[in-house]
Amino acid sequence: MRTGAVWTGRVFSGIWPPLLFGIGFLVSWELFVLLRDIEPFVLPKPSAIFEQLGENLDTILAAAWDTGRNALVGLALGLVTGLAAALLASWLRSLEELLTPLTAAAAAIPIVALTPILNTMFSSTSSTPRRLIVMIYVFFPIFINTLKGLRQVDPVHAELMRSYAASSWTTTRIVRLPGALPYFFTGLKIASSGAVIAAIVSEYFGGLQQGLGPAITSAAAASAYPRAWAIVTAAIALGLAFYVVALLAERVAMPWQRPQGELT
Amino acid sequence: MNEPRPPAVALEGVGKRFGSGATAVDALTEIDLSVAAGEFVSLIGPSGCGKSTLLRIIANLIDPSEGSVLVNGKPARQARLDQDYGIAFQQAGLLEWRTVQANVELPLALHGMRREERRSQAAELLELVGLGDFGSHRPSQLSGGMQQRVAIARALARRPALLLMDEPFGALDEMTRERMQSELIRICAETRAAVVFVTHSIPEAVFLSQRAVVMSPRPGRITEIIDVPPGTRDEDFREADAFYATITEVREALRARTREGSP
Amino acid sequence: MLLLALLLLAAAWELYKLAAPDDGVRIGDALILPRSDDASMPHLSRIFEVFGEQEVAGVAGGGTVLSSVVDAVWYSLRLAVAGFAAGVAVGFVLALAMQRVRVVERALLPWVVLSQTVPLIALAPLVYGWSGNLSLFGLDWQPWMSVSVIAAYLAFFPVAIGVLRGFSSPTPVQTELLAACAASWWQTLLRLRLPASVAYTIPALKLAAAAAIVGAIVAEISIGLNGGIGRLIISYAQQATGDPARIYAPIIGAAAMGVVAVGLVGLLGVALRRYQPEETA
Repeated sequence: MRTGAVWTGRVFSGIWPPLLFGIGFLVSWELFVLLRDIEPFVLPKPSAIFEQLGENLDTILAAAWDTGRNALVGLALGLVTGLAAALLASWLRSLEELLTPLTAAAAAIPIVALTPILNTMFSSTSSTPRRLIVMIYVFFPIFINTLKGLRQVDPVHAELMRSYAASSWTTTRIVRLPGALPYFFTGLKIASSGAVIAAIVSEYFGGLQQGLGPAITSAAAASAYPRAWAIVTAAIALGLAFYVVALLAERVAMPWQRPQGELT
Repeated sequence: MNEPRPPAVALEGVGKRFGSGATAVDALTEIDLSVAAGEFVSLIGPSGCGKSTLLRIIANLIDPSEGSVLVNGKPARQARLDQDYGIAFQQAGLLEWRTVQANVELPLALHGMRREERRSQAAELLELVGLGDFGSHRPSQLSGGMQQRVAIARALARRPALLLMDEPFGALDEMTRERMQSELIRICAETRAAVVFVTHSIPEAVFLSQRAVVMSPRPGRITEIIDVPPGTRDEDFREADAFYATITEVREALRARTREGSP
Repeated sequence: MLLLALLLLAAAWELYKLAAPDDGVRIGDALILPRSDDASMPHLSRIFEVFGEQEVAGVAGGGTVLSSVVDAVWYSLRLAVAGFAAGVAVGFVLALAMQRVRVVERALLPWVVLSQTVPLIALAPLVYGWSGNLSLFGLDWQPWMSVSVIAAYLAFFPVAIGVLRGFSSPTPVQTELLAACAASWWQTLLRLRLPASVAYTIPALKLAAAAAIVGAIVAEISIGLNGGIGRLIISYAQQATGDPARIYAPIIGAAAMGVVAVGLVGLLGVALRRYQPEETA
């Protein structure tokens, strides 16, 4: 009972500084624009943005759905390929040595710049190029982190399994895979928000005019800045949603990591 | 009815060399030791004397460079495959993602025991180590001493004839340590298992064992085997004259070697 | 090993061209494997050839594709570096503030961490209207400044987080040691926290460099800034029906830009390797 109250208290005291800051930030933003008479093309008022969000909700949701779908498909593809590659690489050292320099190079290259190439390889009226970009974006954090998790085994656990004369597959199943889960979820959290980012950025490189990216660009070009900012807010919300889902998946899959009271 | 049990451990001429040529290290040389069925023997000595290496050789986690190792009358490898021993390390090594009960069940599950049988066995073992109510807890919720008790319960899961322990109480504070020592005595009396116990604490070795095997380093070898006088191992024993006398005997055996062998 | 991997990729490219149908592989209506004809997937040799071609055919005195790409890369790189420097500076200062004043950390850190999970790049087109209409401290806002601002914005967040994490990395034993020597906050910063943070700052700087590059390219495209590699990619892509191999040139340029930027940070890491723990395989 006491632990519960203490924990809630701690959460509460942890929440109010950022919360106050956030509210204060929005309020001062509104006042700043108001008092200094700032033009909307520089910085619109939060209230104007909110208003536009409400007025254009339908189109914004449709655009979010398009972008979100691309992100989701790319995420799924990247998960499958990343996990498969990590499993194979943990088994075959040579594969790992081949892929590792590629992952370092891929971290430096602006992957989204590949979109025009994919647009010609497939067709610029298909969503596949964007989904593939997302897949590539997602592949790397999943691959790197899962591989790291699969490679490290607590030496005590390794000796224990040997003392049980357990087969290599049994050791993998009982010790290595569950031990890799925390690392996988680290990668998943990066990948899930990265999926949305990649989906949106790839939309700036031509192709279909669906999705949040083109919507923002066209609103900005039409000087409808509060609307543009409203769509940006929706994009941020989408990214957040993906991240939160990954966070929840982590909590569900690894219940043993939840902070609980300690006994002596 | 009581057929004589083979010695729990029989080591003859066991040696272990790491590396080769000029940089070779003789971790162990000419180890001859026999542990009777049901006997509690401790290996004590300073760092580098090879006691942990010897324990791992008995457990068939390392192969000796020479000599023969028989566990329960069989070669060490066969004994490991037959699961004739249970082992506990200095870190409890519990799997955080399993409940306490599931951790104890692990060796049983690995060798095909059915679920109901596993469950009742594990429950019994947890009772034995005094953690009967903690089956559904997670390891992270338990203190160090409790986690070690779970590790011991797990080591006893298959009712082995031999228990191998590598400084299992090393990470615990002194008070908890003494408590755990009494618990271990009780558990061994009930299970009649033989124990080979590695430690670097002299009082611990004397309190727990029937014989203390004093080892020294460079090269790792047995210098002396000291018999601990029999007697009930209770809190009174910790203050008995015989206890102190034996501690002194062990300490001098350790020191004599150190004086001889030190640079 | 990298060379081997690249060679394998090149081999896979040409093999695919050989083996796969010209029209690609479809499931139902959707293409799942790309078209392999020369228009969609040029031969690797063709891609190299393109660099040597005249940029605008028949115009004497015009440069080659290679020179255009190099010019554009140089242009964009400078903008990205300017943004990167600004973002790193501000991020560093913020990390200092968060380390010094706990309340600042508690109020701001959640937002900074959160910002890593959201597509900040979506803001890039919004700076479209700034150029030509804005005047700051008497200076007219130039279009290129918008690009640098976006780059700075994207670089700022990973740096703030990484540097703060680095500042907080010393163990209690280490901080207690300095307190026992009556070291001031500034001395502790200089002698303990700063060196300890190198191991965290270098990876953060690499992330920030990559982010600044992407930000600069996307900002250029949104604003339509001429002279940069972003604009070049788009304009070549629009000409793609005429010469499909051409779009590879600026994209390779952009990739090179990224590698150079991250590589430079890597060099910095090598220079500071005394402060970084040994890397175990």
